[in-house]
Amino acid sequence: MAKTGTTLVKRGMAQMQKGGVIMDVVNVEQAKIAEEAGAVAVMALERVPSDIRAAGGVARMSDPAMVEAIMDAVTIPVMAKARIGHIAEARILETIGVDYIDESEVLTPADDNYHIDKNKYQVPFVCGCRDLGEALRRINEGAAMLRTKGEPGTGNIVEAVRHMEKVNEQIAQVQAASDNQLVMLARNLQAPYELVKQVHDDGKLPVVNFAAGGVSTPADAALMMNLGADGIFVGSGIFHSENPAKFAKAIVTATAHPTDYSLIADVSKNLGSAMKGIEISTLSDEQKMANRGI
Amino acid sequence: MVIGILALQGAVSEHVNMLKRCNVQTKLINKPSDLHGIKGIVIPGGESTTIHKLLVREKLFEPLKKLVQHNFPVFGTCAGLVLLAQSDALNGLDGEVKRNGFGRQRESFESLIEVADFTKPFPGVFIRAPYLEKVGTDVKTLATLADGRIVAAKQNNVLVTAFHPELTKDIRFHKLFVKQIVSNSNIVSK
Repeated sequence: MAKTGTTLVKRGMAQMQKGGVIMDVVNVEQAKIAEEAGAVAVMALERVPSDIRAAGGVARMSDPAMVEAIMDAVTIPVMAKARIGHIAEARILETIGVDYIDESEVLTPADDNYHIDKNKYQVPFVCGCRDLGEALRRINEGAAMLRTKGEPGTGNIVEAVRHMEKVNEQIAQVQAASDNQLVMLARNLQAPYELVKQVHDDGKLPVVNFAAGGVSTPADAALMMNLGADGIFVGSGIFHSENPAKFAKAIVTATAHPTDYSLIADVSKNLGSAMKGIEISTLSDEQKMANRGI
Repeated sequence: MVIGILALQGAVSEHVNMLKRCNVQTKLINKPSDLHGIKGIVIPGGESTTIHKLLVREKLFEPLKKLVQHNFPVFGTCAGLVLLAQSDALNGLDGEVKRNGFGRQRESFESLIEVADFTKPFPGVFIRAPYLEKVGTDVKTLATLADGRIVAAKQNNVLVTAFHPELTKDIRFHKLFVKQIVSNSNIVSK
């Protein structure tokens, strides 16, 4: 008997994306540029994070017609975002057949208390995390893939670096802990003991962890891969750069060869200007998307 | 014996672990010079369009295709099958491949499958998987689904599966590749 929607096929799908770049696209034309550049998937959304930031107001799931148009235009997987806790948006995206749902802090959260119970869906979910506790809470809810939250739409890599390093540091701490300490660590992390124990035994997360939120150059992608990211999400970075096709291709190359610096130097030459960034300290806590849904 | 694993994108570490369990040394293949000295190569699961583009971009496409054409041992899973069976890609297996043959991720599935020469069924993990619509007379079909879709096959030194043995704990396909194909080949990549 064939079984669909199992943990293995959900997590496995994310494993097949490793070493790749998932690009935010807002229309069919951009999706085709992303596919041509070598993206492993596209994230279909109406506005990239920096535009959501600029526009203000409530950010919601994208128009299903727009998501479907992109699904029809490319052969690579298509992801789409639902608001945190918005089970109806998630069901709609599942129904139209998107390959992965991002329960995303980039959109305005719909539920202050609960994330979506992702175990109940056929389609896998990716969620953001800033530390190991958040990572394990999302996995417990059924997330089959993680990404750093970073600070979306800023073009500033510092928060993604912080989140990746924090998770890695806490994994090392859990790995080194004694059985007694694990109970205490689970309590401090506000994460289920079973998952903390699993990280202790395996020395790694049970799902892949990509970098997201602020990646805007090939060098940023290489930096995150060197810090242990399994792959890269690029939001505003590509289509807000001067030459999106060239930028996209360069970021794919840097992600595939993160320690080949002569190659990364080559693809970084004459790229034109990257997206204009935002210094994190100029954002108030309310303006930080990473603080949503923790 | 050293077996290479194409490491441009996809489930690379999973194949490394499987081959280690077969007591084989592995080498990650990122550029043409990495091909030197290996006795076989694995093309992992991943996004076939991405891997194809990176092969061309890193100038690995032609040397790899040449190896495949000269009966070099190759094991391709999922995206690897697509690249080996497409005539405009590596063209290493005489067959017609249907990409994303079962649908989108929602339709991805697990199923136990009967495999020729295996006494017990194999845990098949199909993720946006391809299948072979038909194969040439030189191709030995190793596994088909109940509806006749071909999901594992072998032609000379080329072994392909539409599913992902690297996502399971079952090393029988990797063993088959090492013991029956690589060990019986005397080609070493230059």
